[in-house]
Parts: sequence; C-alpha cells; structure tokens
Amino acid sequence: MTAIDEKTPAGAASALLEVRAAGKTFGGVIALRDVSMRVCAGEVTCVLGDNGAGKSTLIKILSGMHAPDSGEYLVDGVPAAFTSPRDALDRGIATLYQDLAMIPLMSVWRNFFLGSEPRLGWGPFRRFDVARAKHVVREELRSMGIDIRDVDQPVGTLSGGERQSVAIARAVHFGARVLILDEPTSALGVKQAGVVLRYIAQARDRGLGVVFITHNPHHAYPIGDRFLLLNRGASLGEYGKADITREELTSLMAGGAELEQLAHELSRGDPAG
Amino acid sequence: MTVADERLVRTGVARRLLIRPELGAVVGAVAVFGFFASQSATFRSIEGVANWLDPASTLGIMAVAIALLMIGGEFDLSAGVLTGTTGLIMVILATRYGLPIWAAMLVALVVALLIGFVNGLIVVRTKLPSFIVTLGTFLMLQGVNLGVTKALTGTVQVSGLRKAEGYEEARALLAGTIPVGGTDFRVAILWWIGVTALATWVLTRTRAGNWIFAVGGDDQAARAVGVPAERTKIALFMTTAVAAWLVGSIMALRFTSVQANSGIGQEFIYIIAAVIGGCLLTGGYGSAIGAALGAVIFGMADKGIVFAGWDADWFKFFLGAMLLLATLANRFVRRYAEEVRH
Repeated sequence: MTAIDEKTPAGAASALLEVRAAGKTFGGVIALRDVSMRVCAGEVTCVLGDNGAGKSTLIKILSGMHAPDSGEYLVDGVPAAFTSPRDALDRGIATLYQDLAMIPLMSVWRNFFLGSEPRLGWGPFRRFDVARAKHVVREELRSMGIDIRDVDQPVGTLSGGERQSVAIARAVHFGARVLILDEPTSALGVKQAGVVLRYIAQARDRGLGVVFITHNPHHAYPIGDRFLLLNRGASLGEYGKADITREELTSLMAGGAELEQLAHELSRGDPAG
Repeated sequence: MTVADERLVRTGVARRLLIRPELGAVVGAVAVFGFFASQSATFRSIEGVANWLDPASTLGIMAVAIALLMIGGEFDLSAGVLTGTTGLIMVILATRYGLPIWAAMLVALVVALLIGFVNGLIVVRTKLPSFIVTLGTFLMLQGVNLGVTKALTGTVQVSGLRKAEGYEEARALLAGTIPVGGTDFRVAILWWIGVTALATWVLTRTRAGNWIFAVGGDDQAARAVGVPAERTKIALFMTTAVAAWLVGSIMALRFTSVQANSGIGQEFIYIIAAVIGGCLLTGGYGSAIGAALGAVIFGMADKGIVFAGWDADWFKFFLGAMLLLATLANRFVRRYAEEVRH
C-alpha cells in the first residue's frame, strides 16, 4: 500500500505555507506573538503546546478565519489575504476540527459528498449521482488503506478513528494540498490514535503538507518532520527532526523545569501517604 | 481489497433492512390490515379498500410534506389550518368576487407560499423553535379564517363553489373519481401516490435530499461544509404550504364549501402519521414512503373501526397506542443506527 501520487515530494525547499513572525491580539490579550513556521509538501509539521499556548489562534490564522495582526502569511510564497475559511479551502488548505462536521445519522457516502454532491442529468431531472458517489468513496477509502465495512452505514456507527480517517480521505479527495488537523488523536485510545497517525502518514506520502496540532509529544514525534513548540503565545522554537530527541521534545513541551518541580513535589509527598 | 469485499457482503441485507426508517410502518400497516380484514368482510373488499384509501390520501399528502420538514429538523403546526385558509381563499374569490376557479387557486397558492416563506424565515432568522413559531401562525390563521369568513358571509362557512367557472374541470382533476374494477376510487389517491414518489425521489436521489437530511441531522455541521441550511429549511416550509394548498383545494372542490374551522386539529395527525412512518422528532431521519404508510394505517383504523361495527370513540385510543408503539420502535432503530460497531 504505497500509493504515492505523481505530485509527490517537491523537497523541503518549496514551502506550501509559511508564517513569518506572526502576531495576533484580541483586545488586551496577546494570543500569539512572533511565531514562524513552514509547511512543506510531503512533510508533517507538528504544532505542540499546552492549553492556552496559542495553538487555536495559529490554526485560525492558517485556516483563514483570522488574519494575523503583524507578520506575514505566505501561501506558495505569495502573501495570502484570506477573508474566510472558504478562501483558504479554495486554495487547497483544508482544516479538520475535532467534531469533523459529519452527520452521525447519515451514511458514509452521503457525508463524504455533503455540500459537493456529484450530479447527473439536466434541468429539473438533475439528480445526485449516487452510484458514482458510492464508487468514489469506496475507491478513495481503499486507496488510503481505510477499511470501512460498508459505505452505506451511518457515520455514527464508525469509531472516532474511522471518522477521522474518512474526514482525511474526504479532504484529500476534494483537492486539499495542506491538511490542518486540530487534535485529531486527543480523544482517542492508543490503538485508534495509531490508526489515525497511519492515515496522516498516508496523506503525507501522497505529497500533502500536514499541520498536526497536538499536546501529545508521543503522537507527534514518530510522524513529525518539524516541530513548532508554543508556550503562552510565543514560539519556543521550530525544530527539525534531526535537531531534537523525543525526550527533549517531551521535556520542552511540559516546560522542563516545571516537570522536574512536579516530580520533586510528588516524590516528597509519597512516603508520607 | 478482497477482505473489504467479504465484509461488505456479510453486513448486507438484514442490517440494511432493519435500519430502514419505514420498516415499522410496513409491519404496522400489514398488522392493522390483517386485523381489520379478519373482522370485517367489507373492509377487505375492493369497495372497502377504496373507502379507507380516501381519508388516507389527503392525510398522506400532508404527512409526506410534514415528513420532509421533520427530517429537515422542523415542525409546522400551521399546516392543518392552512388547508382551511387556502380553501377559504379559493371559494371566497370564486364565489364572492367572480374569479375563475383556476385564478382563485393561483391566488391561494401564492398566499400559501408566502405563509410558508414567512414561517421559514422567522424560524431560520430567530432560531426560535419552529414548534412555537408555527403555533403562533396557527393561532393567527385560525383567527383570520373565522374573522374574515364571518365578516364576509355572516356565517362560519362559504359555499356555492359549484357555480364557479371551471368547477367541473378542476373537480375532475383534483376531487373526481376513477372507476377501477367497477369501484370508484378518489383521484386524490393518485395525487397522494405522485407526491409520495416525488418526495422519495427528492429525498434519496437529489442533492436537495442530502441537504434535508443534513440540516435536520446537524445544522452546524451542514453549514460547515457549505450546505445552504437557511434556504433548505425555508424551501421545506414552502413545500409544506404547497401541500396544504393542494389538500385545501381537493377538499373545497369535493364539498363545494369550506368551514371556517376546517383543518384545525389535523396538524398533529400529520405529525403522528410521519412519526409512525419512522420520522424522528429530533430530525435527520425518516422517509416519505413511511409517512404515506402512516397515513394508510390511519385511514384503515378510521374506517376499520366503523366496518367492524365498533364504537368510533375508540379510534383515538387506537391512534395513541399506534403512536406510542411507533416511537418506541423508532428509538430502537435510532440506537441501532448510532451504535458504534468495530
């Protein structure tokens, strides 16, 4: 199952998305300041940070919901001026939020094409091309290596990991070049998270740029090519995989000193109890 | 790949059948038919069938429209009284102002579309529950129907449609009968079948149908992928209004007169038929065929109790029991549909 597309690895040189010294303030709160990152085709850029680190603000800038107050946002090397997520989507930047915008009572194939139904026929007889929709969904899922028993089953019967996978396949099918995944593994068990990571790898191997937002370094490290660490709205640095070990990542992520302090406190309290 | 195919076959027929929303209504219709057919020979005769299909047809047209609306996640309590409003407009214009029947019907249609549009617009703009919004419209229309009728005629009904221009043609088209095997069947039955077929096609085979399921299933998620949720819902309210206009016209042409309180109390019967037909009160699930079958069950019970020689007072009890059973069945279906399988 090495389904590598023609439009694959353009090399690290060409960045699909690039953010340079971006900042964003909401009222008196600095949500993000001086953050830079790159997303390249065929690479996974992980954005790590604790709650309140500025991950959500960064996603909203990338997905076109907010424009940065300062700094630059480049798409294909050209400054982007998105006014809505629709603009970003039209440029191939797809954002998948945790709730995934799927309807539980509707079948997989109906959900897959919701809002972009393929149609057949003419005038008042124009109809949803059901046969093609089912066929395309089956093919897309299969080519991503996603094993869904039956495309007719309601999405509500899929597990969380399967839903994520279908959402990824949907974004890929509708021409996404960049996938922004907001905490896709946070609500999942170990096994399900592994499944989703595998599909992220699939998307990467097809030449998509992936932005993977998470607070779990153990999910990020195996799949990431670059790691952007955020803390209280500021960047703690962007690292290539060669520049950082899993332990360093975990420790930076947890705020190394704080973690040591915590370990100290806990160990002292232990014998007493 | 072959693995996926194998699993596909295994999960096939039984599950797909069980998950059909109209399953409950099919079972119910067969059971109710079997029951009354065993009680009364008239019930199972062709005259009997023509007899109980008659109330089923006009109710069915409304139930199908209401089912679409309920799948889209909304209610319309004004639909019943609107059948009266459209009938009254048509008869008043044709008898008091000398308009030809067709012109009077056209005006009534425009008014119906407008009322449907306003219902929909208020619901999508204010995000108030449609139950409350259309309850308001229901009461307002009830008042208008009575007030205007009394002001114009001094009585609570308008009549004399027979003398209007184009009456015979309109009656033949909407309220006539067709002989089948020596028995006269109401032509409304054909309209009902047509409406059900059209609604089923729209629901299952068009983009609009996908949108209806989506806005009822999860409004926000539907918007997020670009479904025009507001337009879809307003169109559903307008569709319901058109159905009310059709039924109002059928009734007015059949009886040549309309009572000012006509259609009141019917709105819940439509909802009951739709729910018996598998619609969830929470939206996003249901079927037009199911609603049509819900209307059949209603028609069979309505006439069957009389044919069986029972006290017709028991009809409401029967209806309530059917509704309760249907909602229980639907709850199981929904649980089954939403249950995570690995």
